[in-house]
Amino acid sequence: MYHKTTGYRVFSYFNYAFMILAGLACFLPLLHLLAQSLSSKAAISGNMVSFWPVGFNVDAYIKTFNNSNFNGAMLTSITRTVLGTTISMFILTCAGYALSKEFRGRNVLMWFFIFTMLFSGGLIPSYILITALGLKDTIWALVLPGAFGAYNLILLVNFFKTIPKALEEAAFIDGASFFVILSKIYLPLSLPGIATVSLFIMVGHWNSWFDGILYMSDASKYPLASFLQTVVVQSNMQNMAMSQSEVAAMSEQSIKAAQIFVSTLPIILVYPFLQRYFVKGIVLGAVKE
Amino acid sequence: MKKSWPLYVLCIPAFVFVCIFSYGPMVGLLMAFQDYKPWLGITGSRWIGLDNFERIFQYKEATQAIVNTLIIAVSKIIVGIIVPIVMAILLSEIRNMGIKKSVQTLVYLPHFLSWVTVAGLMIDILGLDGGINHILTQIFGNDPIYFLGDPDLFRFTVVISDVWKSFGFGMIVYLATIAGINPSYYEAAEIDGATRRQQIRYVTLPSMLPMIIVISTLSLGNILDAGFDQVFNLYNPLVYSTGDIIDTYVYRSSLLNGQYGFGTAVGLFKSGISLILIVVSYRLAYKYANYKIF
Repeated sequence: MYHKTTGYRVFSYFNYAFMILAGLACFLPLLHLLAQSLSSKAAISGNMVSFWPVGFNVDAYIKTFNNSNFNGAMLTSITRTVLGTTISMFILTCAGYALSKEFRGRNVLMWFFIFTMLFSGGLIPSYILITALGLKDTIWALVLPGAFGAYNLILLVNFFKTIPKALEEAAFIDGASFFVILSKIYLPLSLPGIATVSLFIMVGHWNSWFDGILYMSDASKYPLASFLQTVVVQSNMQNMAMSQSEVAAMSEQSIKAAQIFVSTLPIILVYPFLQRYFVKGIVLGAVKE
Repeated sequence: MKKSWPLYVLCIPAFVFVCIFSYGPMVGLLMAFQDYKPWLGITGSRWIGLDNFERIFQYKEATQAIVNTLIIAVSKIIVGIIVPIVMAILLSEIRNMGIKKSVQTLVYLPHFLSWVTVAGLMIDILGLDGGINHILTQIFGNDPIYFLGDPDLFRFTVVISDVWKSFGFGMIVYLATIAGINPSYYEAAEIDGATRRQQIRYVTLPSMLPMIIVISTLSLGNILDAGFDQVFNLYNPLVYSTGDIIDTYVYRSSLLNGQYGFGTAVGLFKSGISLILIVVSYRLAYKYANYKIF
């Protein structure tokens, strides 16, 4: 029995230690961020903050939530996430259900959709199209262009295909229509798949920053991720609309940390609940027998 | 035969969206063959044949960006395949379900953070007075290392931060494959006196092979995708020589400098080669691992 050999036991101890370290490595940077956001300016500039706040205060959060630019950006992000996920899921479940069936022209249609995954017009033509459609500076520029994703469609089609045909046939005999079958049989039974795809789309919208910078000419219309990009990466603290004395009194790093943390919080909160779904969803979408 | 018209109806919304937002921009690819001026539009701009494409190979910055893209993307693909496989095998050796689940939950997390957030973390941790340098200077007593401003280190930093963000998520499929291996193989191997290492070598790895082949071949299609979101948020003019990739170059040369036709040509060049590579990789995955996308 290999479990009992000394070699395996030594390996096992190291393995446990290594895996716990790997897990912590994925989480400690965020903890560091949280500690910074709650620390005083002196502690941060003196490099004294690791994973525990030093000189505890919540000024950075008060500043963040009192900042109208931040709140506006948050509202834009929430709007685009709700709107975008609803539209995407409507389009995708309709098409996904249909394409999980056999009908004339089904393969042609499928390839028509999948081709968009293989080849695209690219950045400039997309930008010009959105401008020409008059979507620039509206929330639709953030919601509509990415509403259809071929990868998500494939996941859903594969999911719908796993539902036994007999269920559908029985419902047909009872006189149910396609639409009734979709909403009463397929949607409830493919909840893991739908939850997975919804999670991907939601996270995608929440995290998406480049389209905001590209399509919004005014920083006040930025979604949260784009706003953060200017503050955190470009270090453009002017977007925070703080007076010189306020900036001087607080650590820039602590404000940045607070903002990153607040913007990440919804993901950290939602994702443990959806984890069991997405693991199942990914595996069913990828490993087919 | 049941009526199938409702199925067509259900496909209409997707069809409309794809036509407008995916196939629509493809019309704009005509700009690649034009000296495009925004005020003249595609119909009014002057046609210049393949001049824009020739420029890709004349401009030193453009060829540099292509080389950088290849180096960064290939390194990411290699490291990004090996690390998840090794981690999945190691994690499957953990018998304590509580620890196993907790580790899994933690390592999946970074995948869901945006590159803006991760860049914020990296800029802070990897900075001259950041956490990593703090530790390194105390142990080795060396000068602080400028991870994000040194052209020699930038690619390394990009690959490592990419692995940090994505290895956990990449593990999911491998873990599922390992979980699906028939336990009787291991029992038989044990009766034959195989050590755990031999079991991994002769049972686990061969069982994972089809999945490894599929993922490796499919990643071939990403060879010109070095990750715009990541590089854009981490790079700066100091590291353009080794860190500028095709996508970031397109953004700077076209949208910021107004060379629309040229930028479109670079984009088309990239999409064209990617398309060929993806088709080849799907063919290979189908041939060697019997993989079909749908």
